Amino acid sequence: MHYGQPDERGRFGRFGGQYVPETVMEALLELERQFQSAWHDEAFRRLFHHHLREFVGRPTPLYFAERLTEALGGARIYLKREDLCHTGAHKINNCVGQALLTLRMGKRRIVAETGAGQHGVATAAVAARFGLECIVYMGEIDMERQAPNVFRMQLLGAEVVGVAEGSRTLKEAINAAIRDWVTNVRTTHYLLGSVVGPHPYPVMVRSFQAVIGEEVKEQLLEREGRLPDYLVACVGGGSNSIGLFYPFLDEESVQIIGVEAGGRGPGLGEHAATLSFGTPGVLHGAHSFLLQDRFGQIASTHSVSAGLDYPGVGPEHSFLKETGRVTYVTVSDREALEAFEELSELEGIIPALEPAHALAFLRRLIPRTSKEDIVVVGLSGRGDKDLQLARQAMEEYHHG
Amino acid sequence: MGEVATRMTALQRAGKKALVPFVTAGFPTRDVFPQLLEEVSRFADIIEIGVPFSDPLADGPVIQHTSQVALEQGVTLPWILEMLADQQARASVSVPVVLMSYLNPLLQISDGDFFERARRANVAGVIIPDLPVEEGAPYEIAARDQQMDLIYLIAPTTSQERARLIADRSQGFVYLVSITGVTGARDAFPAETFDFLRRMRALTNKPLCVGFGISRPEQVRQLAPEVDGVIVGSSLLRVIMEAPSDPIRAAQRMLTPLRRALDESWSPSSVINAE
Repeated sequence: MHYGQPDERGRFGRFGGQYVPETVMEALLELERQFQSAWHDEAFRRLFHHHLREFVGRPTPLYFAERLTEALGGARIYLKREDLCHTGAHKINNCVGQALLTLRMGKRRIVAETGAGQHGVATAAVAARFGLECIVYMGEIDMERQAPNVFRMQLLGAEVVGVAEGSRTLKEAINAAIRDWVTNVRTTHYLLGSVVGPHPYPVMVRSFQAVIGEEVKEQLLEREGRLPDYLVACVGGGSNSIGLFYPFLDEESVQIIGVEAGGRGPGLGEHAATLSFGTPGVLHGAHSFLLQDRFGQIASTHSVSAGLDYPGVGPEHSFLKETGRVTYVTVSDREALEAFEELSELEGIIPALEPAHALAFLRRLIPRTSKEDIVVVGLSGRGDKDLQLARQAMEEYHHG
Repeated sequence: MGEVATRMTALQRAGKKALVPFVTAGFPTRDVFPQLLEEVSRFADIIEIGVPFSDPLADGPVIQHTSQVALEQGVTLPWILEMLADQQARASVSVPVVLMSYLNPLLQISDGDFFERARRANVAGVIIPDLPVEEGAPYEIAARDQQMDLIYLIAPTTSQERARLIADRSQGFVYLVSITGVTGARDAFPAETFDFLRRMRALTNKPLCVGFGISRPEQVRQLAPEVDGVIVGSSLLRVIMEAPSDPIRAAQRMLTPLRRALDESWSPSSVINAE
């Protein structure tokens, strides 16, 4: 079998496409041309990998979590340590790629959205590194719950613009970034941080993030001499998970699980589990699963993790759900917080609340595995940004 | 030919320019809206009704606000279609009605096909701001089946080649976006806007309506000679918003000078230029 998605029009099966205002269509078509030519250009690839090595610090380790493996008593658990990337999360892989493309297109200004602040920080860092003007849009609620990242971005020279509309989280930050892009499209590149949005963003961001899974394949072959039995990663927009999954999609022996934010429960507005509870529709330029009411209005979402708190998901995940190649599950806020504590105590690694969702799923997965099995978990980011939030939430759970 | 195209052609023949006011459905309230619609339509050649959406990407602060207010009052696409299908409302609005909706609310109509239901509600045309021609073919067919016009937009950033394709496929009129950006009043239009309008005039015989940022009579006077109609949205909604005690009178006061400015721009010379 050969996976071969998306098609030439940017479709993953029936999902994807380019549903955007006409004002940015030429810019999208130009981005598509530039990305295709760059991605097939050996010199561009070498430059990309050079910066991944020198600036990002790749390859990241594939770490054997010995004590966690012992505690759960089943499959051998490996963590792909994207938390050790420069700026603390996988987001920077994509930012380096898009910054190089921005330069190739002759643009000097970038805009970005951020939820947890990780994409904003990574964008601000590459903007500083490559001398680009940088504006980051961030919902006011996220600015509050991720305050340290706001200061990081400012320190890196970015202008952080608070978004006061609607849910004041990631969805509105994307709206604001798109509005800026529509207004300043001639000089500005929209450095979208996930595998969402109109074509070519989903395939482009996947290409820049696939280094995660490619390294895992190589590292595991070296360590264990074989492929993993399970891959587990959290899914918000879905970039770290696609990055890990993509190089394994044709490997039929590998079972792949995406973990969504189950929040406080299955009611609309209580979670951000788009694939588990959503229906297809069009948001932010792509046809994909969405959380919406029956009139097509986008729903509000909840997750303890700002980076997963989004009512949409990348179109490729919608396709992978429909074909059944990837299984999508949910874990609750509470389970994620327990896993956050557990990894910190057992391995000396404080994960971000986003990958804590993937880790939480291990409690359900591992009992079904044997000691010979191998599980790789995408540890997409580190938890420093979440300390205050986690402390509050843990106190509530412990006392409430 | 749909009703929108028929109306535009008739105006062109008479050397007249179309005034196309835009109102958000159900704003300022669901109760006041039908009456407001009736009053606004007296000034209009075509009326554009916005379907509120939670994430209006192409809109500035005013339409974001009016959409939010409408949604909070429970305005839905089925409500809008029922209101428009109402015999009384139909009789009171004598000009073609064009719906402006982002794609997602149209996709989620569960009770039958959107275009079929819209036709029954006497809707003459549809503008979908997040539907470029690349994705539009199935909707064009669905609209044509109901003798409705699917109106596309062209922006100043659109290449000539693309503009030709869009103009060719747009039905009723072509919606020209005056400047790059979102909807909302602008103080002045740059020379680029006029260059753009002239380029489009030279490129197609389809009727052209310009929108985004138009608020004042002098702007209407400047733009009208270059096109077949002007669309006025945010500035109208703003005066309605700022006059909660008498929104209808506020709309009348706003539209009267715009209508006059547009009618004054009708002159024998403009007829000759248009031919």
